[in-house]
Amino acid sequence: MHDELISQLESHMAARILKQPGRRIAADEPIISSGLIGSFDLIDVALYVEEAFGVRIADTELNSATFDTLGQLADLIQSRQSEC
Amino acid sequence: MLTLGERLWQHVEELPNRVAIQLQHAGRPDRAISYDELWQGAVRYTRMYEREALKPGEVAILILQHGEELLFAFWGAIVAGVVPSIMPFLTEKLSPGQYRNDLKALISVTRPAAVVTYPEFEPQVREALGESQVVRALISTGSKVAETERSPVASISPGRSPGEIVLLQHSSGTTGLQKGVALSHEAILNQLQAYGRALDLRADDVIVSWLPLYHDMGLIAGFLLPILEGIPLILGSPFDWVRAPWRLLQAVSHYQGTLSWLPNFAYNFMAQKVRDRYMEGVDLASWRAVINCSEPVRWESHAAFFERFKAHGLRWGSLQTSYAMAENVFGVTQSGLEAEPALEDLDRIGFMQERAARPAVAGKPAIRVMSSGKPLPNTQVRILDAEGTPVPDTTIGEIAVQSDCMLTGYYNRPDADTEAFRGGWYLTGDYGYLSKGELFVAGRKKDMIIVGGKNIYPQDLEALSYEVAGIHAGRSVAFGVFNAEIGTEDVCLVAETDSEDELQRRRLAELIRRHVTQNSAIALRNVRVVGPKWILKTSSGKTARAANREKFLNEFADFMAE
Repeated sequence: MHDELISQLESHMAARILKQPGRRIAADEPIISSGLIGSFDLIDVALYVEEAFGVRIADTELNSATFDTLGQLADLIQSRQSEC
Repeated sequence: MLTLGERLWQHVEELPNRVAIQLQHAGRPDRAISYDELWQGAVRYTRMYEREALKPGEVAILILQHGEELLFAFWGAIVAGVVPSIMPFLTEKLSPGQYRNDLKALISVTRPAAVVTYPEFEPQVREALGESQVVRALISTGSKVAETERSPVASISPGRSPGEIVLLQHSSGTTGLQKGVALSHEAILNQLQAYGRALDLRADDVIVSWLPLYHDMGLIAGFLLPILEGIPLILGSPFDWVRAPWRLLQAVSHYQGTLSWLPNFAYNFMAQKVRDRYMEGVDLASWRAVINCSEPVRWESHAAFFERFKAHGLRWGSLQTSYAMAENVFGVTQSGLEAEPALEDLDRIGFMQERAARPAVAGKPAIRVMSSGKPLPNTQVRILDAEGTPVPDTTIGEIAVQSDCMLTGYYNRPDADTEAFRGGWYLTGDYGYLSKGELFVAGRKKDMIIVGGKNIYPQDLEALSYEVAGIHAGRSVAFGVFNAEIGTEDVCLVAETDSEDELQRRRLAELIRRHVTQNSAIALRNVRVVGPKWILKTSSGKTARAANREKFLNEFADFMAE
């Protein structure tokens, strides 16, 4: 489940945000602190996570302290899904 | 003629309790700062500058984020006669090493006497300073000074004169940080007067801004104009805006905002990213002008923004334009607020390929261009041909500017001054044409890339690519390509390698992407690694960026569409 979530996040980010379909993003690769996901893309990440997984990430949480890897983002999504 | 400090003091004396700034931070209540408080906060810094024996005319670099310390340190310098320059703060993605290099580049030319920063950031600054003796004082925001009584500017800072340099503005990157625009009190006050007239500025105006103060649009229109003209300012942060652009709209609605400035991409960004749930109860009817400025203005961006927010009271006539630059303090032109900016339909091929502004012909491709308005009452605009001779209306040439609010000069850069001026006219490096007294901007002569209103020098990005093993100096080229979806330029970089191996080329592209992103103000996406001799050079061996851009578009059109 967790791995599936990560691969879903990976393919969305590669294709829609990086515009490099097929690019691999490792589960533990920094994406925010590395600039891979730029500040203008953060809002797209939040919009996508809400649409695809029904989980809200507040704008004040859009920084690497909340999540910086796909693994951490998947954890966040799962923990919020289980809260509902 | 007054100085900026005297002008601020007038407001403090007249209406000390009036709110000058509502300072916004996401997740916190707004903080109202009265003129009196702004003065007290500023004078606290004036005392710190005095304690460090800074002399009037010496430069202080402010390395501070959005927040009251930045406001106080800035005004404290102005009151002291110390010349402030705001440097963008380290971002999450920028490598600290590169940030220190940028700071060194700034210091090497500007030679500031002081740097002001947070106690926790001092180690970074100290490391950048190294053995250099240029900066005498590292001033901490945490420094304590004795409380002082409210005393007038004349007793704190006697003998300042309007002709003196009052502040410096830099753009980003090594190249930008080595070219500080020096402005005098007089130039700034002349600009505010002329620009205020063009806006028909009123006592009941309310300015709402999220723009950074290290940029001319944020510093002048979104900071000095309201504070010095006695107009309330609602000041948010660019960091918060990019994560939650609806906060700007909510602030306009809540405070009955009347004036805002946005770079073109922001119209697209907000039209695309704002969810309905954040717009409940938001009414934008008070907005009398939302001014598109600091990158090429697009009619399509206004149309998208209007479609998205018209149900919330946004009026089409409130969408306005301006052409501005730090070298003229800020505005050069402003569209007339009584009507929407003029549009002209031109022959597309002529406009794109021959730099000619011919009216569109039925049956042929057309392009709709939007006016940036008329020159401000104190500013003259001329269009020059390659020889520097003025050309008739509707002929495209280089835009030249003359006014009573020009820069004093590029700080410590007489070489750059010589290059920028011809016969008393400032050469902007932008192409444009005049039609019925209105200026239409039509591309760029200089190589600068403008991303989201930010000026990026391609040579800085190219230099970074040479730091990637496998890429040799002189063998990459960077340029901007307009992207209609996002309303600004995409940065593209082509680098040559001797390797024929496709996998190796992709790996190099990825390394370049990462290295440039972590060491510059942009997130680089479009990198193409090619074989030897791809890059076109001029006869003198320089990289011809415009020609390479054309070649790239012809060869890799599909790459851009990916």
